Amino acid sequence: MAQIGTAGNQGPGIRSDCYISLKLKNNGGIKINLTSKVDALYKESIQDLATQILDFFRVEHAVLDINDRGALPFVLAARIEAAIKQVLESDAEFWLDLIPENKYQTEKNKTRRSRLYLPGNSPKLMLNAGIHQPDAVILDLEDSVAADKKEEARLIVRNALRAVNFYGAERMVRINQLPMGLEDLEHVVPHHVNLVLIPKCESAEQVLSVDQKITQILTEKNLNYPVYIMPIIESALGVIKAFEIASASQRVAALSIGLEDYTADLGASRTLEGRESFFARNQLVNAAKAAGIQAIDSVFSDVADMDALRIVVLESKSLGFDGMGCIHPRQIKVIHGAFAPSEAEIEKAKKIVIAFEEATDKGLGVVSLGSKMIDPPVVKRALKTIAVALETGLLPGDWKDQIQK
Amino acid sequence: MATKFVKNAVGRMIPEEINGKPVIPFQGVHGYITEGVRYAPPLPSCANYPKDGNKLVKDLKTALKESGVKSGMTISTHHHFRNGDLIANQIFQAASEMGLKDLVWFPSASFPCHEPMIEYLEDGTIHHIEGSMNGPLGRFASLGKMKGTGVLRSHGGRYQSVQDGEVVIDVAVIAAPTADPFGNANGLTGDSACGLLGFALGDSQYAHKVIVVTDNLVPFPCIPWQIQGNYVDYVVEVGQIGIPEKIISGTTRITRSPDRLFIADLTAKFCDEVGIIKDGFSFQAGAGGTSLAIGNYFGEIMREKGIKARFARGGSNQYLVDMLEEGLIDYILDGQTFDLAGVKSMRENPNHVNTSPFTSYNYHGKGNFAGLVDVVILGATEVDVNYNANVVTHSDGLLLHGIGGWQNCLFSKTVILPIPLFRDRIPIIRDEVTTICGPGELIDVIVTERGIAINPRRKDLLEKTKNSKLPIMTIEELKEEGEKICGVPEPVEFGERVIAAIKWVDGTVIDVVRQVLE
Repeated sequence: MAQIGTAGNQGPGIRSDCYISLKLKNNGGIKINLTSKVDALYKESIQDLATQILDFFRVEHAVLDINDRGALPFVLAARIEAAIKQVLESDAEFWLDLIPENKYQTEKNKTRRSRLYLPGNSPKLMLNAGIHQPDAVILDLEDSVAADKKEEARLIVRNALRAVNFYGAERMVRINQLPMGLEDLEHVVPHHVNLVLIPKCESAEQVLSVDQKITQILTEKNLNYPVYIMPIIESALGVIKAFEIASASQRVAALSIGLEDYTADLGASRTLEGRESFFARNQLVNAAKAAGIQAIDSVFSDVADMDALRIVVLESKSLGFDGMGCIHPRQIKVIHGAFAPSEAEIEKAKKIVIAFEEATDKGLGVVSLGSKMIDPPVVKRALKTIAVALETGLLPGDWKDQIQK
Repeated sequence: MATKFVKNAVGRMIPEEINGKPVIPFQGVHGYITEGVRYAPPLPSCANYPKDGNKLVKDLKTALKESGVKSGMTISTHHHFRNGDLIANQIFQAASEMGLKDLVWFPSASFPCHEPMIEYLEDGTIHHIEGSMNGPLGRFASLGKMKGTGVLRSHGGRYQSVQDGEVVIDVAVIAAPTADPFGNANGLTGDSACGLLGFALGDSQYAHKVIVVTDNLVPFPCIPWQIQGNYVDYVVEVGQIGIPEKIISGTTRITRSPDRLFIADLTAKFCDEVGIIKDGFSFQAGAGGTSLAIGNYFGEIMREKGIKARFARGGSNQYLVDMLEEGLIDYILDGQTFDLAGVKSMRENPNHVNTSPFTSYNYHGKGNFAGLVDVVILGATEVDVNYNANVVTHSDGLLLHGIGGWQNCLFSKTVILPIPLFRDRIPIIRDEVTTICGPGELIDVIVTERGIAINPRRKDLLEKTKNSKLPIMTIEELKEEGEKICGVPEPVEFGERVIAAIKWVDGTVIDVVRQVLE
C-alpha cells in the first residue's frame, strides 16, 4: 500500500473538482487541512463530509489535505474515498443517497438519437450535461480516462450515477475492454445504470460474459431493473461478427460502431466522405436490424463544424442508423434536427396513418390512399414517424383534431 | 463616537454618516426627490485664458499644479480605455510626488490595470475611491485597508451626484484620443481611439478645473468636438494615453460555453414567446459573453420573422455593428464602444450615435431614456427570493465589481437576468443577497439553465407563459434546486466596519458593504 494517497485534479484551470492528499499516522487523531474556493459558504459541510468518510473507513489517525476548487459533495466524496483506498485495504464502499430522480428505467427500443460522451474523471462536464437534453449520456471509463486514474474514475462515475440529476437522459456507462470492464460493472450495475457499452467488441462470448456478470450482480443485490447492453464494433473482425454480437443476448438494445479504431484496424484514414467505412456501416445496420435492435453511428469529432456534422448525420440517417454519438453538447441539437422526420415525411405519414385508422374502423384489410394501395411496412414506418414526431414535439398531441377542423 | 444606523426601505441597516457626510437612506424606487437648483462650478472668464487659445502646458504634473490641486480635493478620471488606461495611475503618482494627501479619486470605473493605486491608498495620497472597485482594488477595500469608505454609484448616479452637487469635482483629467490645443477633444480618431468620451462630459461641464491629456494633438479645430474646449483649462501632450488592445474588453466575445449558450438561447426564446421581439422593438444587452450571444439570437429571430429593431442600446461591438449594417437595427444609441468595430462604426455611420450618461441614464433629466427600452439583459452575482439582485459583491462578501449602468437599466420595460443557477458550488438564488444593488420590484425575469422564474408582479408575463413549454418555475423552486445540487450555504460572518456604500440612482444609500474577515 502507498504511504500517501492522492486523488483528483489540481491547477489553476480546475473548477468544480478538488485534489486530495491523505497520509495515515500512528497517532494524533484526524487533522483536516482545508483550502477551498467556497470555504466562506461550505467550510463546515466539507469538513463534516470528510470526517464522515474517514469514520466510515475507520481511519483514526491521519492528515487529510483538501484543495477544493468548488467540488460538489459527490466529487469530494469520491476523491476522498479514492485516496483512502490507496493507503488501506478495504472492500467497503461509501455510497451517497441515490436521488429519487435517478431511479427511472428505460425501454429497450427508446429513442437514442444522441448520446453525449462524458469523460469519467471530469466531474465538471457532468454537472450540466442533462440540461442539453441528449437522449443519453455516456459516463466513460475507457479511452477518456488515463490508465492510472481508472480507480478514481470508477468512484466518480458511481457517485454521479447516484447523485447527479441527468434530467431524464438515459444513463449509460462505457466500461473498459474486457476483462477490466467486468470489474467496472461492480461499480455501476448496482446504481441504476440503464445501459452498458462494451468497447472493441468482437464476439458473442464477450457480450455473454457481460450479460452474465450483470445478471449476477443484480441477483446478488436483489435488484430488478433492466440493464441493456450496447456493443461497440471497432475492428474488421467485429464487423464480420456483427450479427452474432447483435443477437447474443436479450439485453443488447443497440449496436454501435467506432470508426477511429475501425479505420485504424483497416489501415485506412478516416475521411469526411467515409467511403472507407461504407461497407462496415452497412453491415452494422443490417446486422442490427436483422437482430431487431437499433444501429448507432460513430461520433463526429470536429465540434466547431456544425454544417459538416449536419451532412454526416443526414447520411447516417439515410443508411438506416437510429442515432449517433456526440462529444460536445452543441452537437445534440444538430443531431436531433437531422434525425427528426422532415416536414414532408410527417405530412405523408399523417395521411397514411389516418387512412390506416379509417380502414381499421371499417374493418378493411387493405389500406388505400386515393387510388394507391398502401403496403403494411409503409404503414408501420408511417406510425413510427408519427411516434417520433410526437415524442420530439414536431407534432402536437392533438394533431388529428387539427386535421378534422 | 459610534456611528448610528437606520433601516432603509429595503430593510438594510445604513449608517447615518459616511466619510463625514450625512447619508440619506434609500426610500423606495421613486421615494426621494431632490429639490433646489443644479450645482454650478465657478464662473470663468475668457480674459483669464491665453488669447491665442493655446492651453498647452509642459506635462501632467504642471497641469495639476496650475489647477491648484490641494490635499483633500477630488480628482476625476474616466474609463474609456478600460483595462488599457495609462493616465489615472500617473495622476496619483504625480500627486504623491507633490506630497498631496487625502485625495478622493472619482473614476467612472476602475479596472485591474489600476492595481498600482494601492500604493497611493497605502501612503495616504488617496483617502478613498468614489467609483467602482474591480478586482485588486475591491479586494484591498474589502479587507478594510482603505482609509475612507468607498462609494459606488451607477453611471447615471455619478452624473446625478455631480449635477446636484453631492460630489464636487475639483480637477477632472480627461484622457482624449484626439485633441487640439484649445481643449476640443474626441474619442473617434488617433492611435488610442475609444469611440466616445461620454463619461467625461459631465465632468467637463461641472469640474472646477479641467485637464485634457492626449497622445494625438491636432491643430485647431479638433472635429468633432465631443468635449468642448470652452470647458477646458489645460491641455497636456503625452506619448501614449492608452493601450488599444486592452481597450477591447475581454468579455466582448460571444461565449463558447455550451451551458451559457443554452441560457442565452432560452432567454431569446422567452423574449420571443412573450412577444417582446416584434417589429420596431428596442433592446439592450450588456458586454458579457452570454449577453452577446442573446443579441445574436435576437438577430436570428428578427431575420426569420423579417422584422427589425428601432434601436439597440450599446455598449457596441462587432456583433451589434453587423446587425446595424445588415439593417436589423435602425440605430445604435451607444454609451461605450467595446471593440474597434464599434469605434469605426461610430466614426463612419451616422446611425451609430454616441450618448453620455446624461442622455441615457440621468436621474435629473426631464424623462428617462431607459424607460423607453423594451428589454434589457443584465448580469448579477446573486438574486434573492424577493428578486433583489447583487452585482458588486460575491457571496463570500468580497467587493469585486462595479455597478456600471446596471441600476439605470433596471427602469426598462422588461428586465431579464440570465444567470447560471450555480457557479462552481455557489448557488446564485439566495434567501437574501449579500448586497442589494437593485430592488426586486424592478427585476422581472431570472433565466437559468434549469428554469425560468418570473416576478409575481409581472402578471402579464405569467399569463403569456401559462401554457408554455418553457421551464417556468417559482424563484423558490429554483433556489431549492440550486441548494439540492450545492447544499445549503452556511451564513457568512462579516466584520463590523462598513467599507463601501452602494448608492441608488437618486443619491440615497441602498446598501453598504462590510469588511471581509481574513
